Amino acid sequence: MLTALLSRLGQMVLVMFGISVVAFLIFFATPGADPSARIAGRNASQETLVQVRHDFGLDRPLPVQYALMMERLFISRDLTSFVNRGQRVVPTVLEAIPITLSLVLGAAVLWLLGGLIVGVIAGATRGTWLDRTLMILSLIGVSIPVFWLGEVANLVTQSRWHDSWLFSWVPPLGYIPFTEDPWGWFKALVIPWFTLATLYIGLYGRVLRASIIETMQEDFIRTARAKGIGERRVLMHHGLRTSLVAFVTMFGLDFGALVGGGALLTEVVFGLQGVGKLTYGALQTLDLPMILATVIYASFFVVMANFIVDVAFVFIDPRVRDAH
Amino acid sequence: MPTDKPLLVVENLCVSFRTEGGVVPAVSGVSFSLERREIIGVVGESGSGKSQTLLAILGLISSPNAVVTGSVRFLGQELLGLKRRALDAVRGRQIAMIFQDPMTALTPVHTIGNQIIEQIRAHESVSRTAARKRAVDLLDAVGLPSPDSAVDRYPHQLSGGMRQRAVIAMALSCNPALLIADEPTTALDVTVQAQILELIARLRDGFGSAVILVTHDLGVVAEVADRVLVMYAGRVVEEGGKGQLFREPLHPYAWGLFGSIPPMHGPRPARLTAIPGSPPKLSQMPQGCAFGPRCTFRHEACAAQPSLGGAGGHRSACFLPQDGRQDLRRTLAARAVPA
Repeated sequence: MLTALLSRLGQMVLVMFGISVVAFLIFFATPGADPSARIAGRNASQETLVQVRHDFGLDRPLPVQYALMMERLFISRDLTSFVNRGQRVVPTVLEAIPITLSLVLGAAVLWLLGGLIVGVIAGATRGTWLDRTLMILSLIGVSIPVFWLGEVANLVTQSRWHDSWLFSWVPPLGYIPFTEDPWGWFKALVIPWFTLATLYIGLYGRVLRASIIETMQEDFIRTARAKGIGERRVLMHHGLRTSLVAFVTMFGLDFGALVGGGALLTEVVFGLQGVGKLTYGALQTLDLPMILATVIYASFFVVMANFIVDVAFVFIDPRVRDAH
Repeated sequence: MPTDKPLLVVENLCVSFRTEGGVVPAVSGVSFSLERREIIGVVGESGSGKSQTLLAILGLISSPNAVVTGSVRFLGQELLGLKRRALDAVRGRQIAMIFQDPMTALTPVHTIGNQIIEQIRAHESVSRTAARKRAVDLLDAVGLPSPDSAVDRYPHQLSGGMRQRAVIAMALSCNPALLIADEPTTALDVTVQAQILELIARLRDGFGSAVILVTHDLGVVAEVADRVLVMYAGRVVEEGGKGQLFREPLHPYAWGLFGSIPPMHGPRPARLTAIPGSPPKLSQMPQGCAFGPRCTFRHEACAAQPSLGGAGGHRSACFLPQDGRQDLRRTLAARAVPA
């Protein structure tokens, strides 16, 4: 187990290194990305440019620049933005993380519960009107663009019916830290949670339903039925339990991607200054230090989520346990 | 409990499936009964309706397109059309089933111990510890080596023979009055087959269970069964005591079946006799006797559907006159040998 953990950690470092190098190189290969021109400001003279280049170490060979940037990112942690002078990159990202984590964690709880409920009910009542209704609803959920859903939610709760008894509790857009006001944190996030979770509830419900229906055709389900343990137990203890593999795999990938910045649209619509929005801003201004920081952060979460999924498999499927 | 009544009475059991090409019969009018502690062998080719008959008894045909009619009475209780809850009280408790392929018959994510405990606790109010102890005893009784540790193993950690033993232990966990075994040895090695059969034969003494043993292996039947049903194309074509049936089979299909076994004594035939043709497709069942198209002794009467008849508990579904049949059989056998 320890060796497996260590080798995983090694892989993680390798993946993050690779991603950071690629991000770094893409940046320098992007046309018009010359950072010295941005730093020096508009219409700067040739001498100023050379001076800036020298000051920021941009005239050095690329490997040295990369190493320097990594050193300032991880060791001295004083890497500053190229665009907003003096803005330190690491604290900025660290400030954005709790916002994104709050958003994605809450949504994940909702979509796991929702996906499980929809998938199990639809799988167990296959072919009935209940199954069909749930599948149509989940198809609608999958099809609605998240930004549209978010804007409609805002329109209803922030403007049209904000003064009615139904939505007067909704705080203005933005994030309220949990440590300051837990109840306010919850109120500010509950609508973004549902908005982000809608797509995934539909997706996970459909995948789980298909998986359960497939599992319920297996021989061992017939054995379980022959034991006289009741259909509910057959479904939950044998059918669902064995169907969770696809569900958990998807969850790991989606969760990692969302925490890594994939929740951008939701963050923008609800005015949450999370990692997605930070990355988006950095990409627009070609702010290399910020891009590197957010990309490495994102890759960390994607790799981490994969790792957690692998660990979860060990608990879900004993066959995986012995394969190591 | 009354002991004079038969344990299980199956009457006119029919299973058919609705398909795009119309209703396809898989089992047509199967009737038989079973006494306590009796071992009955059901033989027939693949697709003769053996497995479907067994599944229908326990209501385990899950296809929404299946239609099951007839009557299955267990200790006087009608099982067909029983509510799920009432059926679950019988399943696993009084009638247990062993399936063909032990590799897929156990849920891969639970230990075999937990799967046995689950069944015990579904039917009896015993503590987990007591149920676990019984699971260990059962695994020991079916000959699983080191049952103390085997109880915590997952199915994939056991070999095929060990898994089948675990399945049998599970089936026996509530002392069922009837054990239904659907080709329990087909998927196993030959050496393991013998052990499993011996185990099943011993169940009657150890656990007092009656057994329905489905197989297409005649040797298996000859070894353990008291009575034999021969099925062909969804019908019982011959029924009788093992001795009678093996000594003097009455149905031409059974003649062919037994003729296809290599003889232990006497000259070795150049080639084994096979029944000409192949079993009818269920969707294109011939009129009258389903075996007619393959039968050497087909005559006009065979255009009708023969019913089971005969004396002394040895019955067959054939229009050939009872008296001369053994002569016909010998002619058939004699024709085959010198080839």
